Amino acid sequence: MQLNINGKMHNIDVEPNMPLLWAIREIVGLTGTKYGCGIAQCGACTVYLNGEPARSCSIPVSSVGGAKITTIEALSADNTHPVQKAWIALDVPQCGYCQSGQVMAAAALLKRIPKPTDADIDNAMSNICRCGTYQKIRDGIHVASGQKKLAEVLATYDATPQSRG
Amino acid sequence: MTKNTDKQVDQMNLESQSRRRFIVDTSFIGGGLMLGIGSFASIEAMAGTIYNQNTMMNASSPEVNAWVNIKPDDTVVIRIVRSEMGQGTRTGLAQLVAEELECDWKKIITESPTPGQSVARKRVWGEFSTGGSRGIRISEDYVRRGAAGARIMLLQAAANEWNVPLSEVTVNKGVISHKSGKKTTYGKVAEAAAKITPPDPKSITLKKPSEWKVAGKPLARLDTADKVNGTKVFGVDLQLPGMLCAAIKASPVFGGKVKSYDENKVKNLRGVKGVVKVGDNAVAVVADTFWRAKIALEALPIEWDEAGNGNVNQADIEKRLKDGLEEVGDFWQRKEGDAVAAIQSSGKVVEAVYYTPYRSHANMEPMNCTVKFTPEKVEAWVPTQNGEASHAALAEAAGLPLTQCEVYKLDPGTGLGRRGGTQDYVTQAVGIAKNFPGVPVKMMWSREEDMTHDYYHPIAMAKMRAGIDANGNFTGMHIKVAGQSINSTVAPMAIKNNKDVRQLQGLYEEPGDAQLGYKFPSLLTEYVMKNTHVPVGPWRGVNTNQNGIFMEVFMDECAKAAGKDSLAFRQAIMKDYPKHLAVLNAAAKRSNWDKPLPKGVHRGIAQFMGYASYSACVAEVSVTDNIVKIHKLTFALNCGHVVNPYVVREQVEGSVVMALSAVFNPEITVENGRIKQTNFDSYPLLRLAQNPKVDTVLVPTFDFWGGVGEPTICVVGPAVINAISAALGKPLRNFPLIREGLSIA
Repeated sequence: MQLNINGKMHNIDVEPNMPLLWAIREIVGLTGTKYGCGIAQCGACTVYLNGEPARSCSIPVSSVGGAKITTIEALSADNTHPVQKAWIALDVPQCGYCQSGQVMAAAALLKRIPKPTDADIDNAMSNICRCGTYQKIRDGIHVASGQKKLAEVLATYDATPQSRG
Repeated sequence: MTKNTDKQVDQMNLESQSRRRFIVDTSFIGGGLMLGIGSFASIEAMAGTIYNQNTMMNASSPEVNAWVNIKPDDTVVIRIVRSEMGQGTRTGLAQLVAEELECDWKKIITESPTPGQSVARKRVWGEFSTGGSRGIRISEDYVRRGAAGARIMLLQAAANEWNVPLSEVTVNKGVISHKSGKKTTYGKVAEAAAKITPPDPKSITLKKPSEWKVAGKPLARLDTADKVNGTKVFGVDLQLPGMLCAAIKASPVFGGKVKSYDENKVKNLRGVKGVVKVGDNAVAVVADTFWRAKIALEALPIEWDEAGNGNVNQADIEKRLKDGLEEVGDFWQRKEGDAVAAIQSSGKVVEAVYYTPYRSHANMEPMNCTVKFTPEKVEAWVPTQNGEASHAALAEAAGLPLTQCEVYKLDPGTGLGRRGGTQDYVTQAVGIAKNFPGVPVKMMWSREEDMTHDYYHPIAMAKMRAGIDANGNFTGMHIKVAGQSINSTVAPMAIKNNKDVRQLQGLYEEPGDAQLGYKFPSLLTEYVMKNTHVPVGPWRGVNTNQNGIFMEVFMDECAKAAGKDSLAFRQAIMKDYPKHLAVLNAAAKRSNWDKPLPKGVHRGIAQFMGYASYSACVAEVSVTDNIVKIHKLTFALNCGHVVNPYVVREQVEGSVVMALSAVFNPEITVENGRIKQTNFDSYPLLRLAQNPKVDTVLVPTFDFWGGVGEPTICVVGPAVINAISAALGKPLRNFPLIREGLSIA
């Protein structure tokens, strides 16, 4: 079986019912994509199939075929995707475990809707975060989409880009 | 009477697991066997360095002291022993050290000594435990003194080199100057400084917060970049040479044991390397990958001895608690006047019975631990809130002294109280790895195993009674809580004469930690311990969660009965508690309590104290067809000192999400002795669309050090519940609110 992951072909010999998540994590060895629930509820395992977000824990590897798989490791080469830049500037992550999925979901939203409304964000961002970073995720999408300036968001937290060091 | 704070209980808990062994081991070290730092630098341990750059592996340059190591290129390495699980303690402690050290913030990195290194150096870094919102408040004094001591040694080294008095030497961002124009840097004098006799820590005068330049500022966190591109390595991500993976299933009924299993059914499945019994209550499948271990375990027939607990159901447990409310408490914690008589003779008696459920931690990263076992030494890679507790559990399970055990901590994918004192997952991982000597084995729990084998937030009920006189003032308050005791599960030695003060956290008379902020003419508080076979443990906010709801929701019921505004009603009995009152007033002011709201929007307010910090919250909600929309939550928090206001606000925002999940979403229940909910479909958590706007005003008074991660969680629920009650015009007493037919929009 062949998987096209992040522009590279991987020959893998696995059971057809192995979920794509585990093929990515344990066979190919890319561990940025996370296991959270195994039943497509939490979104920690979000990857792109041909550019569309998908929950890899619930997709048998045999059904992927030649689809182009993109994982968090390939969203950008150097943390320069607008979502990653906003996430860093606002310190969106707390523990970080769910954030691979959050970043992938947010980047997919911006690709589909470059200037999402709050309602668009509500609808698109169904990934679970147990630390409770939702308010900062919303802020981050506003900044990444250019609808709010970083300084404007930081001001609501009594901070400025300079005071953040 | 001294209360058992979380710190003390945690310490006792640690003692119960390890103190005896710890003392034995440290005396052994004192006898001459001193392990050098990095003595476990095996290939896998080096891999540990690669996987977690924060693990301190060796002191490549001479350290100035235990807290600070400065490299020739002026890089300042700050040692942090508290765990970082998202709460920002790594950054906050580094800010405190950098402040006293007077180094360049842009040149600092952090590293974490291991528990083994701590043992070898007689606990020079103090305790590792990271729970009870103590990461900063308990370490701040000694880490700042350590940093200030290092600064004095560095300056003395420069003064010696220049042959000038110390008093003529100054430093700015790690650059040392003398009035003659001479300049040098920390990196250049560090080696000489390391040889200078350290100053007596008690002789050091620490900076006042008004002098802070690095601490107190909303600096960016030190550990964000690798959380946005998948490169941060969590425990579940470890890949060590030759590693095997294990999936485990413990008895679904708590207290049950393994009766039999048929490994022939799975031993020939692809990748399977073995099936092992773990302790007397669990079975694990070991395979080349976790997924193969997991599906083989699902196919493995296991028979359980349910130890007589298989017939316990939720209704039995609730009846047990309800019966408890009719009993006299195990003790009277506070008995001020004769509240029972005062209430009975009052013109108006208010009474309410409340219920709060079991809750699962549901850490996003399920429990996991990787162990490499040999008869001579055992190493573990652990996402832990308490490296020393992990170390103790490892030694206990391995049957080796601490000096032959080592723990490499990984930043947990949240902890929330689950990964502190309860190290069952380490014990299990050792039990599996013992069967594969020399081979690292990564044990991971499935989500289902994690949700059904937690140490749950304890179930509780409360019967609250108050008397109100003709003027609408209190005559007395009687609080009776019945429910499970955390200490009975995790720290039985903390229960003295059947009295467990910890369960009434937040209702204490003593100031400083979790003091009740109201003065009643008479007061009786009592706790009726009603334990079950379900294990319970600390869960972010611990017992302030339910006690905050009981107290503050009932306060609103009393205000209504007295015909008074819920804010003014509270203020009237808070004169003796100025700090509680100040945060209440700050939240009211910030939320424009006096100004009218749009039609259909209603307010609720609550204040409570926990973890040495004072919190208040105002909620604004509207309710349509039993669906609650929370428009805004406004907080005031006095945590004494604010080390990083940006991170503090993020902790408040996080506490909201966890609290609202608990107040609205389905609870954990017991069916046939086991937990009924197994995953996020039956136990959903709050989502982004349901999360309200959070506005936080910080009102530190700089005369104490309070916690941050937990304190605000206990005011979220009651403020929201009180607002919904105001909207509906009826009391709400059963939580989560789906028990009252309500859901969140």
